Amino acid sequence: MFRFLIDRDTWQEVFDSFSKNKLRSILTMVGVWWGILLLIGLLGSARGLENSFNRLFGDFATNSVFVWGQSTSKPFKGFQEGKQVNLTLSDAKKVEENVVGIEFVLPRSQQSTSVTKNFLSGNFQMAGDYPLLDKLQKKKLISGRFINQNDIEGKKKIAIISEDTYKQLFEKDHDPIGEYIEINGINFKVVGMFETGNMNMGPSTDIHIPFTTFQQIYNRGDRIGWMMITGKPEYDIKQIEEDAKLLLKNLNNIHPDDTQAFGSFNLGKEFKKVTGFLTGMQFLTWFVGIATLIAGVFAIGNILLITVKERTKEIGVRRALGATPFEIKRQIVVEAVFLTLVAGVFGIITGGWILIALDHFFGQGPSAAIVNASVSIAVVFVALIILVVLGTLIGLIPAFKATSIKPIEALREE
Amino acid sequence: MLEIHNLHKSYPIGESSLHVLKGIDLKVDQGEMVAIMGSSGSGKSTLLNIIGMLDEADSGEYILDGLPIKNLTEKKAAVYRNKFLGFIFQSFNLINYKNALENVALPLYYQGMKRKERNELAMFHLEKVGLANWAHHLPKELSGGQNQRVAIARALAANPKLLLADEPTGALDSKTSHEIMEFIQQLNDEGKTILMVTHEEDIANMCKRIVRLRDGVIVEDKFVEQVRLKQQYV
Repeated sequence: MFRFLIDRDTWQEVFDSFSKNKLRSILTMVGVWWGILLLIGLLGSARGLENSFNRLFGDFATNSVFVWGQSTSKPFKGFQEGKQVNLTLSDAKKVEENVVGIEFVLPRSQQSTSVTKNFLSGNFQMAGDYPLLDKLQKKKLISGRFINQNDIEGKKKIAIISEDTYKQLFEKDHDPIGEYIEINGINFKVVGMFETGNMNMGPSTDIHIPFTTFQQIYNRGDRIGWMMITGKPEYDIKQIEEDAKLLLKNLNNIHPDDTQAFGSFNLGKEFKKVTGFLTGMQFLTWFVGIATLIAGVFAIGNILLITVKERTKEIGVRRALGATPFEIKRQIVVEAVFLTLVAGVFGIITGGWILIALDHFFGQGPSAAIVNASVSIAVVFVALIILVVLGTLIGLIPAFKATSIKPIEALREE
Repeated sequence: MLEIHNLHKSYPIGESSLHVLKGIDLKVDQGEMVAIMGSSGSGKSTLLNIIGMLDEADSGEYILDGLPIKNLTEKKAAVYRNKFLGFIFQSFNLINYKNALENVALPLYYQGMKRKERNELAMFHLEKVGLANWAHHLPKELSGGQNQRVAIARALAANPKLLLADEPTGALDSKTSHEIMEFIQQLNDEGKTILMVTHEEDIANMCKRIVRLRDGVIVEDKFVEQVRLKQQYV
């Protein structure tokens, strides 16, 4: 049945009728070419955006919410409104123990402070942190190490500084590891340096010191700056936020309907907005691409219909010479599929070139807007299959038109 | 070879219908060369089309080489046309983007013959019509007479039992007409049965038998003294 596809004569016929109307055939193919080009180009770009987004957020636990204390707006249990709310370590522990779906609760504290190294000094944001931070917000260390459990237990006076901090406090090409810097009049040993310029969740931090050390030097006791709550991937972070806040209100004698007592930033929610946008863009791309493709294929069908009309007499001659209606139809469908496929393959190739160009101009370096813009082979195959199917369907219209005329009428036509 | 009994054909024209063939009886034997004559509208072309299975009769009998031709599917008609009949048209009807050889090979292609065999056979027939040197020329590069000879080669390619010619010299000048007729006579000498429609008396007189149609009936059917043309091709 499909033996004709490997028959040289079938293709001879296709090429003959193609070369007979070169310009028209090429103009016809532009529609399909454009559709595929659009599909590949847009899908690849969308993928590139998603990749760059994932690279940006890949090091963060995105299913997270930050919660900090503010002041109450409602009187409750004898307390007046306007009471300052302070979160404590025990609050963090209770949230971790009692709220469903929690993976980690990470207490953090932060303070602006002046730092001196020899004759250089500056003001920096310094945070007290647990080793867990490195897991939830990956620090890209240039050299040295991050805080470890030993530092926490021993309340060690060590610091991990950002590259920018290093540039302000140290001479050029001077290795900071092992050096001492003066924070609030206390000497801290620099044990690590991390890359700046990374995206930061929550306030940006220049210097990390052990949480316990931080609490001690600022005499904070149990009070923490804020807590970062991370939910397990399968749990809804919005629900976790509500549950955690309600629990914290109970623990701190705050009216359950008080919306001002705690401030929060739901990273998971924001993240979902962006991923939702990306998904929407991909959907739109498919929609636009396929719609353009269909329009292009229709153009091919239209042109073939005109061609068939012009070739009515030729078709009549062929039938007089013994061509069966099936052979005539088959030939026209093969031509339709051939035109769509050639146009489609050209579209895929040029679409690929566009993605290469995009990668070349926007995809280089760590802060690239589009990372590895590409489409998978599966998408290419799906596009090709769609082309073959559409080409066949659209080719059937002129094919039936061609054989609906009786050979005698076709021959009579001048 | 060919037998027709009481053949009727009418074409609908709006509400009424036009009765074109009103009971035709015709018997043609192997090796005959018959001219069908008649003014326009006499039904001669319709008769040829029915014989050529391009059209179907409303009623009557048509037997070709012992085979009744009736209620054919398009597919079967195509196979029969390919196997039994060779067509020669007034306007040649060559495919304009195919060269002479490819045009001659076309009926063989539809027979499913392999490319090499097909081209060899097509070349053989082109040689026979004296156009071997023109095998790779397109129809537009050939003269009218040459084109008609390509068309004859194409009609002969599938070795048909019956050659049907519809005004084969209608588009040619008299010198070329005579060349073509001479060639057709030669084919007849070789044993081919030939049926041609013409309205030119001198062309008809080059056949062996003349059948005259008027208003859809045969008014005269006579054997004539064939006007021979000198042998030019050997």
